[in-house]
Amino acid sequence: MSLEALEQIKARAEAAVPGALLSVVKNDSPCAQHSLLVDVPHAYAVAQFLRDDPQLRLDYCSNVTGIDFLDAELSEKVKVKKVVDGVEKEVEEVKKTKRAGYLEVVYHLYSISLKQGPVILRQRTPGRADPVRVASLTPLWRSAEFQEREVFDLYGVIFDGHPDLRRILMWDGFKDYPMRKDYVEPDDYEYEPTPHDEVLEKAKAHLPKPEAKA
Amino acid sequence: MLPDPALTGGARKVESVGQGREGELLEVAMGPQHPSTHGVFRMDVVLDGETVVKLKPVFGYLHRNHEKIAENTSYLASMPYTDRLDYFCSLTNNWAYALSVEKLAGLQVPERAEYIRLITAELTRVLNHTCLAGFLLQDMGALGTPLMYAFREREKILDLIESLTGARMMCNYMRFGGCRCDLPLGWIEGVKKVVAEYPRFLDEFETLLSGNEILMARTQGVGKLSAELAVSAGVTGPMLRASGVDYDLRKVDNYGIYSRYPFRVPLGDHGDVYDRYMIRMLEMRESLKILEPALKDIPEGPIVDPKAKLRGFRPKPGEAYGRIETPKGELGFYLLSDGSPNPYRYRVRPPSLINLTILEDMCLGQTVADAIVTLGSVDIVLGEVDR
Repeated sequence: MSLEALEQIKARAEAAVPGALLSVVKNDSPCAQHSLLVDVPHAYAVAQFLRDDPQLRLDYCSNVTGIDFLDAELSEKVKVKKVVDGVEKEVEEVKKTKRAGYLEVVYHLYSISLKQGPVILRQRTPGRADPVRVASLTPLWRSAEFQEREVFDLYGVIFDGHPDLRRILMWDGFKDYPMRKDYVEPDDYEYEPTPHDEVLEKAKAHLPKPEAKA
Repeated sequence: MLPDPALTGGARKVESVGQGREGELLEVAMGPQHPSTHGVFRMDVVLDGETVVKLKPVFGYLHRNHEKIAENTSYLASMPYTDRLDYFCSLTNNWAYALSVEKLAGLQVPERAEYIRLITAELTRVLNHTCLAGFLLQDMGALGTPLMYAFREREKILDLIESLTGARMMCNYMRFGGCRCDLPLGWIEGVKKVVAEYPRFLDEFETLLSGNEILMARTQGVGKLSAELAVSAGVTGPMLRASGVDYDLRKVDNYGIYSRYPFRVPLGDHGDVYDRYMIRMLEMRESLKILEPALKDIPEGPIVDPKAKLRGFRPKPGEAYGRIETPKGELGFYLLSDGSPNPYRYRVRPPSLINLTILEDMCLGQTVADAIVTLGSVDIVLGEVDR
């Protein structure tokens, strides 16, 4: 889908769903798969429009995935005009901005009947702290059922409207969300027979504590 | 009781199971160690006598967080890991991953490498479908004979793959922008021989099976899947086409050099287990049709894009979703690069897992024995389902 085509889809979706906040997310890689970012409250309605619109007919939701973005400091090079030693010069300055972390859920939509696609739809949560909620699109595409469960399982995103939101790959009693970028593996591995260096430090936690000599 | 045709998924409660028979329901955990589940996979089945009234698949026994592992290593280092997804078809897994990275980094694939990819992928398809037919018959109770016939032919193809890649199943053969090594001496002749002899085996196999009364009785009208539900549930591959939906990525996406070779896409009528079996049989013959001219046309030349870097490979920031038609369905890789040597996000879209979404819908109202046959016709590999 080219950028112009996506802009048109965006305009049509905005007309069909009043109040929807849509924006095009550009993709700089050579394949140029740009995507459409939709606000969570209108995500379901926009997705329904994409599915039912006779020009698009995106009846097949191929892929659902989550992405975790941590809090980050973005640095951007900005050219600034400055007076250096009485002469006006253009100087490059690094402008730093802080970005709050967020989670994203990405849907890759294709049309089987019209053989077109992909249209990529993104939902973004406001932050990373629990609970993070987005709208479930499973009522529109059954194929999202297991995949949204997987995103819930591994990223901890709660899908409002999902009929059967349970853990799918991890076991039910598992507490954490392993695909998050700040996940720390529990230190309960079977330690090496001949531990050394870092491994030794970690393994010490598992060894029986030497009893204090009386 | 027929499955609810409503396309909204989730926990479909069984309202009534015959009047005054409450308490007779039996909950059975089939698996994770059950010979018919093709690996460590569990179906929690609620039975009313012999009839399935509820079925919940349970996954995760083979989960090793493939995606997290890949996000912690370089792009190339996860290539051998993709072999372990669907361990019957490691060459198509390699191709899907290589294709996605090529989309992400904008690499070109030389002509000869495209031919090698097409030939190995079609060999893999033949191999997978042959085995699947054997397994399906095994699930139906035809113990031994069909499976052994299938494995006899599979070995011939595995020998070829071994002489090319050095491994029977864990091939690790494709590279970004090409392939790892050139064809060994006499390999093309070897493939030609296998391809020329294969139709005879297929004829023999089909004489044995396709018209077999027991096979027809056990599979026809069993595990029906409607076209609308199949499309909505994202079912891909031979399962989708058995329901009569014409969607083959080799035709739709035209990746590789598939547009050069004419082949037909077999479609089913009823969407039952027999159609799924038959589609695979026909697809093998079409694959052989692609292989024959491709083996003649394969040109000389380089096998890797000279711009592709093995060391220090860092694609520019961006994202790409690449997908190919593997024997099991659409295998996709979603990659997000932040400019570092490791992918920031690496996602596998496993066809086996998503084809299982509608397992319950296909099995409701049937007997346990039919549920096993239906599961067998989905063609799952747990390495890919659980990742």
